[in-house]
Amino acid sequence: MAKADGVLAWPLHLAVLAVLLALNFVLPDYHHGIMARILVLAVFASGYNLLFGYAGLLSLGHALFFAAGLYGAGLSMTYLGAGPIGGFASGLIAGAIISLMVGLLALRTSGVAFMIVTMMFAQAAYLTILYFNAWTGGDQGLVLQQAARVIELGGIRIDLTDPETRYLTAWGLFAVTVVLMLVIARSRFGRVLVAIRENEERTRMLGFDAFANKLAATVISGTMAAAAGAAYAILFGYVGSTFASVQYSILPLLWVLLGGGATVLGALLGTVLMYYLVDGSSDVLQAWLPAWKLSHLGVVGVALILLVLFFPKGILGTVRERWARALP
Amino acid sequence: MAFGPHLLLATLEGLVTAAVLALTALGLSLVFGVMRIVNVAHGEFYMLGAVIAWWVASLVTGHPALGFLAALIVSPLIVGAVAFVAERVVLRRLEYNPEATIVATIGLLYLLQQAALTFYGADARPVVAPFNFRVSLPWFGYSGYKLSVIAGSLLLLAITWFVLTRTRIGLVMRATQYDRETAQAFGIPVGRVYGGVFALGAMLAAVAAVLIVPISQAHYLMGLDPLLLSFIVVIIGGLGSLRGTLVAALLIGLSDGIISMFFSPTLAKIIATLAVALVLVFRPQGLFGVAAR
Repeated sequence: MAKADGVLAWPLHLAVLAVLLALNFVLPDYHHGIMARILVLAVFASGYNLLFGYAGLLSLGHALFFAAGLYGAGLSMTYLGAGPIGGFASGLIAGAIISLMVGLLALRTSGVAFMIVTMMFAQAAYLTILYFNAWTGGDQGLVLQQAARVIELGGIRIDLTDPETRYLTAWGLFAVTVVLMLVIARSRFGRVLVAIRENEERTRMLGFDAFANKLAATVISGTMAAAAGAAYAILFGYVGSTFASVQYSILPLLWVLLGGGATVLGALLGTVLMYYLVDGSSDVLQAWLPAWKLSHLGVVGVALILLVLFFPKGILGTVRERWARALP
Repeated sequence: MAFGPHLLLATLEGLVTAAVLALTALGLSLVFGVMRIVNVAHGEFYMLGAVIAWWVASLVTGHPALGFLAALIVSPLIVGAVAFVAERVVLRRLEYNPEATIVATIGLLYLLQQAALTFYGADARPVVAPFNFRVSLPWFGYSGYKLSVIAGSLLLLAITWFVLTRTRIGLVMRATQYDRETAQAFGIPVGRVYGGVFALGAMLAAVAAVLIVPISQAHYLMGLDPLLLSFIVVIIGGLGSLRGTLVAALLIGLSDGIISMFFSPTLAKIIATLAVALVLVFRPQGLFGVAAR
């Protein structure tokens, strides 16, 4: 059976990546910009998926890791004169260090306590960003100048503010993420994470170090979120405290729930659908019921409740259960 | 002003915060204690209480005290009804699975915010205080209404304590908390107790909001702060421990008042959120709770 999975899984995921690459050349301007954003956010969702979907750890504080990357890149580029590559690297390092610290502390708890501890750490970081508003710009945020967002290596000049380059960079980051997730999901490490999710006690009895595996998952997940945050800062040139707020901890949860936890493509599917649902529905609802002031709040609220009541496995989770048992 | 009067002012402000916080956190603690679920929408019941208080007060003409009294009675009742329906329609179907209920109450949080935005709007509006006099201290005058908020909260806390420990309703609730299956076997309608407890928790948040709304204004996004502060209080005090909740509310309220006055409100919140995370990590039963059975 394992052999049959291998035959199908790689072509399927590579085909999806090829379609996304092709979209670069056919999408109209508006959707082209949105898709670039979605690809970066899907990296964030994939990182969340590793921890929530595969390892079964529900974090309510992933905005902290996204913000670590965002500010790691934004602050080093604003104050230390780092270029995009240096900024991205500092974002990744910040994310890795912070997720290691949070993991070491928060993984001592489990269940509800884990959710609240992660939420509290994220909230403390959000407030810290506001507290040091002289440096971070507080809720106004910082705008990264266009000149700082250009890579110059030897004779090659890559302008990351150009829409086409931006899309391809976002696509490249997402492609790396998909390959990484696919490798992890099918590796021994990924299977141990699923075993921990299903029955931690038994996994430990079988001789696996549950804490070390969960810590590794937290650090990889946090670093992926930070990569998304750093890329977001560099590609879209804005760093603001909204991205560290509770809302950005809940959004990846929603995306993964919708797309399907513990599926590699679920993170992308959920992000695309939810982004367009919020984006599209607000126009329709505004036109239809202008007096009701319907915003993303109502859409997100309804989506969360309906998903958890009637569709707890998400779209790809249900597909896998019914038709494609081997979907990683 | 010198340091002494400053400290007194900070202490008084802290006591007002602590009094309202104790009521709100007690609601959250009750729901967690009996139902074993974390209600992330708790802050939105607080917000709903404040918004409905404004609506009721704006309907009543005459002396502001009449409007306030009407709000004090009507607002918790409406909020309790909303919570009861939400519990019966959504949470019951999830069979109180901890992760699913958290996701569902996050959904409820957004829905209630949307409802407030739709029917109340994005403005912040105050309710006129029922009376207005200043208690003159040697160094400064202090709002008599704020002092009566402290007294009112203490009275409501005493009533809640009486209901929980000295009446049949409280006995039934404690029995359900202690052992759900046995309670059911003894003919206690556990489902209705759960609905009632969820409604009661929401009503405590709503009544706290009605008390505070003449001081701070009603706004559709006002629920996040009381939610986080209630979490902090409930966790530091020990989950499900009534006395711990009160002590922790006093501790958090006072330190919030004093740190806000001498340093900055944001710093006070940073310290409190970090403290709670560390308490959960290193002493999960809370500072005053006993280890779980």
